[in-house]
Formats: sequence, C-alpha cells, structure tokens
Amino acid sequence: MAPDVGSPAHAHLDAAAGAPLHPAAREVLEAALTRGYADPRALHGPGRDARLLLDNARELVAECLGLTRDEVWFTSPSDAVHRGLLGLVAGSPRAGDGAVLSAVEHAAVRHAVGWHARRRDVVPVEVAVDPDGRVDPAAFSEATRAPGAAVAALQLANHEVGTRQPHERLALSSGVPLFVDASASLGMLDLPRDGWAAAAGHATSWGGPSGVGLLLVRRGTRWANPLPGDPEPQDAGGGLPDVAGALAAAAALRATLEERTEVDARRRRLVDRIRAVAATLPDTEVVGDPVDRLPHLVTFSCLYLGGETLVRELDRLGFGVASGSACTASTLEPSHVLAAMGALTHGNVRVSLGRDTTEEQVERFVAALPDLVRRLRTEVGL
Amino acid sequence: MTGDEQEPVALELDCRGMLCPLPVIELGRRHVEVPVGAVVAVVTEDPAARTDVPAWCRMRGQEYLGEDSAADGVARYLVRRVG
Repeated sequence: MAPDVGSPAHAHLDAAAGAPLHPAAREVLEAALTRGYADPRALHGPGRDARLLLDNARELVAECLGLTRDEVWFTSPSDAVHRGLLGLVAGSPRAGDGAVLSAVEHAAVRHAVGWHARRRDVVPVEVAVDPDGRVDPAAFSEATRAPGAAVAALQLANHEVGTRQPHERLALSSGVPLFVDASASLGMLDLPRDGWAAAAGHATSWGGPSGVGLLLVRRGTRWANPLPGDPEPQDAGGGLPDVAGALAAAAALRATLEERTEVDARRRRLVDRIRAVAATLPDTEVVGDPVDRLPHLVTFSCLYLGGETLVRELDRLGFGVASGSACTASTLEPSHVLAAMGALTHGNVRVSLGRDTTEEQVERFVAALPDLVRRLRTEVGL
Repeated sequence: MTGDEQEPVALELDCRGMLCPLPVIELGRRHVEVPVGAVVAVVTEDPAARTDVPAWCRMRGQEYLGEDSAADGVARYLVRRVG
C-alpha cells in the first residue's frame, strides 16, 4: 500500500506543481485574513485596513524584485500571463500584430498568443530550441526584426526541464517589447536587470499561495489592457483583489529570498545526485541544461516505459512526481517542450524538490528508481 | 522522406490504434527481425511517435530515415537497422 500523503514515508517531489505554504506565508495569511477581508477600494475603516495591507504587499514585492511599487500588480497566475503579454500588443504603437515566442513556452503563453493570432489572423513565429531546450539568442533576436513583429515572449527558465533562457544575450528589435514568463522561476532566479517590458510570476514558485499571480509592467512601457476593464493595469483585472493572499505571497517571497543561497545550494546538490543516478540507468535520457537551470528540477525519460505507469508506480513506492508524457496529459499530444527539444517524450519523469525536501528522501528515491525501471522493462519484455 | 529512389521496406509494423509507448516498444522488439542495413517502418497515428521514433534511433544507435504515409494516409516512420 502506498504511504499516506503527508507522512514522512511519502516524499512530495512535485514542488513545481504545488508545495505547502512557506511557514512565513502561513503566519502572515492568518493575520491578513483577519484584517484584510474588505474591499481595499472602500472608504470605511476595514477598507482602509485592506488597502494598507495590499500596499504593504506591493511595496515588499517591489523591494524584493528591485522594482518600484507602481510596477507590481496582484492577479491570478494565468491572468498575469494573458494580460501581461497581450497588453504589450494592445499598447504597441506599431502597425503589426505579430508575436515571436520560443517553442518551449508554458501553455498559458501559447494560449494567449494563439488566441490573439486567431483574432488578428496572424501566424505566430516560434523560435526553435537546442536539445537542452534553449533558444539561440541571435535567432530569437532576429525573429523580432521581421516586419509586423509587435511582441516577443521568452520565459526566464523552462517549467518542464529547468533550462534557463539566455536573456542577457538578446538584442531585440528596439520597437518590440519583451514579455518574460517567470511563473516557474521567480524566487529562485532573478529577472533580467533590463530589456523586458512586462513579466508574470506565480506565487507557487516561491512558496506563496497557489492562487496568487504577479503582473509586472515596467515604468514607461506602452501597455494597454487587452481584456474587458479599465485601460491601465489593475489588481485582479479591476476585480476584488485577494488581499490576504497578496500579503502572504509577499511574505513568502521575502523569506524565500533570504534563505535562497542555502536552500538552493542544497537543492542543486540533490538534483545533481538524481541526475547522476538517472544517467546510469540503461536507455534513459536526462534532459535540460545540467548547470544553467532552475535549482530544484530534473527531468529524465526512460525508453519503453509509460509516463503514467512510472507516476503511479512511484506513487505506490511513496514518491510524488510529474510527467510530460502524452498518456498523462488530457490530450494524447506529448509535451510540446520535449518534442521541441527532440527528447524522448514517453517514460518521462519530472522531479522537483521543495525547500524542505531532505537528503534522506532523495536517497530513498535514487535507491528505488533502478529496480523499478528494471522491473517495468521486464514487464514489457525489453 | 526525400530522394527519388524509395528504399524497399523489409518489415512494416502495423501499430495503428496503439498509444505511446507501444509503437516504440514494437520497434524495439521487432527491428532485429530484419538484417542489418534493411529498413523497418512503423505505421501509427500516435502523435508521440513523430518525436519518439527519431529519439529511439538516437538512443539505440539506429538511423532515422524520415516520415512518409501508408496507403491509408496514416503516418509511417522509417528506420534503417544499423546494428
């Protein structure tokens, strides 16, 4: 029988998809729920209280990210991506409607670009990646010089394989603003110092509440709300902001950055350990850049095995992992990220470590993995 | 597949209706039935095969020749047995 979730025998190795709240966030959330329940736009006392908490959250996030408070907005994670990206097109003074994006962007980015492209009858330009999942910065930059290019989207690091994108080597066409999807990486990797116009973050990546997203719009950017609502950026797209969630997310971000050096060094070491063991498995491919990557995530694919089978069997053994294989997706399409890299899409396992994943859990995982792969291969007769 | 002269296919694996990873398992099991240098074809609607057959070739040291279609229009992936 599978160990109970939450028991020490069950190791949650899918932190990228969701992790327990950072203790710093939990504490703040309790207090903020008590005081920050009102509409922060209301003029009465509880409204002013909520406004104060929301402004504190904004200030804290701005400070953590090296931004100013008028560049930070709280909304849902997918809205941050959709509005952040499409707002750059809506605000662009240029005639074009074209979008340039890497072939490995998150589905939220692809959906936003696809939605826009269908309405304007344009074909998005997808820039290919190398086998590590990284765009060629020269090719990406060149694509923005095509006539009609109005926006470019490039993630900070890839959510499935961890590879960091070469932002520091981009030289985009001067009139084409850059949207950075940092939803998988904020709190672990820094945003580029400059060169971007808007960005999105998701509090899950730094231990905040999973419903909180950040919409970041740089000062001086031509941005216009592409969806119903006022033209300027607003919290929650002009709806009622989640004040307590915002404050908890801000507290988690600060705490995460304070402990980052120590936590991420440990996670890098544990990820290296998993990479090393996975690389010794027969007919197994470890994918993503081995060094220039998210600190907590490692992905590998085992020939002849089903991703769903691996996820279920690992769960029975007490390990929660994710998979980008087609059989674990809602469609029969394999991961577009793995396909764009030319990597094996079946038998895929993504391991992502939380801030409190222990060495003992990782050792247990790497001890169980070779036997499991051997057993499942025997079952398929290979 | 490019080129004018289509190489004869020594073994065609009918993997219609199979989902990943079954077509690649079939390829892994049965490619040894043809002599070294001959061509094996995998016929399948599974969209993952487009990535996974070339990946199998890379990982197993075989040669991926490309993709064409079976008579009924289903995608066919061609592999030369190298070893």
